[in-house]
Amino acid sequence: MMQNRAKTVLEVEGLRTSFFTRKGEVKAVDGISFYVREGETLGLVGESGCGKTVTGLSLLRLLPEPAGRILDGKILLDGIDLLALSKKEMRAVRGKVISMILQDPMTSLNPVYTVGEQIAEPVRQQQGLRGEKAREAVIAALRLLHIPSPEVRLRDYPFQLSGGMRQRVVGAIAMSCNPRLLIADEPTTALDATIQAQYLALFKEVQRKTNVAIIFITHDFGVVARMCHRVAVMYAGKIVETAPTEVIFRQPWHPYTAALINSVPRLDRKVERLYSIKGQPPSLINLPPGCRFCPRCPKAREICREREPEARQVGSEHFVFCWQVS
Amino acid sequence: MSRYIVIRILQAFLALIGITVLVFILVRASGDPTHLIITPTSTPEEIANLKKQLGLDKSYPEQFVVFVSGLVRGEFGDSIIKRKPAAEMIKEALPNTIKLGLPAFFIAMALALGLGVLAAARRDSIYDAGVKLIAVLGQALPGFWVAIMAMLLFSVRLRLLPVAGAGTLKHYVLPVGTMVFFLLPGMMRLVRSSMLDVLDAEYIRLARIKGLSEAKIIWKHALRNALIGPLTTAGMIFASLITGAVITEIIFNWPGMGRLLVEAVTARDFPVVQAITMLVAAMDLGMNIVVDIAYAFVDPQIRHQKS
Repeated sequence: MMQNRAKTVLEVEGLRTSFFTRKGEVKAVDGISFYVREGETLGLVGESGCGKTVTGLSLLRLLPEPAGRILDGKILLDGIDLLALSKKEMRAVRGKVISMILQDPMTSLNPVYTVGEQIAEPVRQQQGLRGEKAREAVIAALRLLHIPSPEVRLRDYPFQLSGGMRQRVVGAIAMSCNPRLLIADEPTTALDATIQAQYLALFKEVQRKTNVAIIFITHDFGVVARMCHRVAVMYAGKIVETAPTEVIFRQPWHPYTAALINSVPRLDRKVERLYSIKGQPPSLINLPPGCRFCPRCPKAREICREREPEARQVGSEHFVFCWQVS
Repeated sequence: MSRYIVIRILQAFLALIGITVLVFILVRASGDPTHLIITPTSTPEEIANLKKQLGLDKSYPEQFVVFVSGLVRGEFGDSIIKRKPAAEMIKEALPNTIKLGLPAFFIAMALALGLGVLAAARRDSIYDAGVKLIAVLGQALPGFWVAIMAMLLFSVRLRLLPVAGAGTLKHYVLPVGTMVFFLLPGMMRLVRSSMLDVLDAEYIRLARIKGLSEAKIIWKHALRNALIGPLTTAGMIFASLITGAVITEIIFNWPGMGRLLVEAVTARDFPVVQAITMLVAAMDLGMNIVVDIAYAFVDPQIRHQKS
């Protein structure tokens, strides 16, 4: 495959992030490893609370302080370990090398500043552009996201724009400094279905033009099928399976992956009721000793309760953490 | 935008008309002012003369016309006690109140803004705890007690500052300080809590993602959004300053509006009370317009409103 020859932008090794609360240590991300290449989109999939967003924020080192802490691991961006950078150096990475799109376009723009000003900020801060040059960069970012008549729009305030337009502006902010890596945290969840499809198509185009690596955080396998080259499925702070998208749909190994794919509504299958996974994810404070999915797993065995499964390679770029495989 | 201001001014004007009627009725409902001046030996003729002199022999509608036409010319009638125009008495007292209130207001607001914002930015730090302590003390300790204690310490014991009265710059320190102590805590708490709300917003997170400095995030992105609530309160505080310094003025024997009002009320000097009431009302309405205009500067959504 062509992608295999593309340069690796981000490599995460054994990342562990916890929140220290009064009730105890919440192991939100518990030793995950993954990588993304130039021009590639990696889907980070799982239920709410499985650690997807915390993973994204960890990459930017923007966890809510003082509760959230990265305990261990490496975050290598073009070979540089972000966890070794000073606070100041890290700030220069944000918005410029790594940027992020948040879920809700209605709340992620500042209501009292114009769209143009909000896009210009990272341009000025991270690229040192001023005046007419900054304005040109802002207009270029608006164009990249297909915002019509950008010269006029940059004078608008967020409340003058529709939800879909606002999310494009958030996209323009993210892309304004030509980042190497873009983290998109459920960017289409708050949008109407038709606008959602447009937005996804737009991002594919942006990626083709800029070769940016994207981590696409979502709970929706339908979105994964449309957007992602590879998928990492997360459950209770761990990655349980990772594989190229077309492989995972054809042959999911982990029972949790299979269950998630099964719960996506499909037009080509007639079912009485949509499939749902019984039970709830475990509390991240008191984790079971063995496989975290085993209390809900239809195929759980004795060993699943006792020992955590290790990574097994089952195909090209296809890894599974499940005792079934070995 | 200009339409927004015009509507606010028209509304204020209507409110002022309503207040004029109310003040007129309430003053007359509270009793006959001649009863305070006549002596047991006054003859009915003398009383009738006095009533004529004060314009109270006319019917209520006629009196109202006189009252309103006086207002238009800036006349409020003569003080019953001092026998000089109420407007003149206010003209003497008002500058003293302004000299006290204005510095106190600006010092208190600047401190409230700075301390409140920093307390929110460094939430739960020792610094934040200090700010909370000042707020609790300021709101729990009665103002008159603090004023007297300050007087006792700085004037009587240490002999650094004059006890009371107006005149030199030194005379300002204690009264202004006491007023700042009244005004600061509430405002500071309001700024702090308003900032905390805003700092939780998603756009603050996005500002961090953009790589902006913490100073930019707090003073540019958060503060402007956090300003709306405190602005209203600041406007109200400012309007109330015209009479709000009653305690301070009396304790420090400061010849301002607060003292004048208390004297006028205890002596039932109706023209003076009436004049001060009208002034306070006008001041309040004026401040409301100023605050409304300030909103429009802070919040573009108000600026772009169609109606």
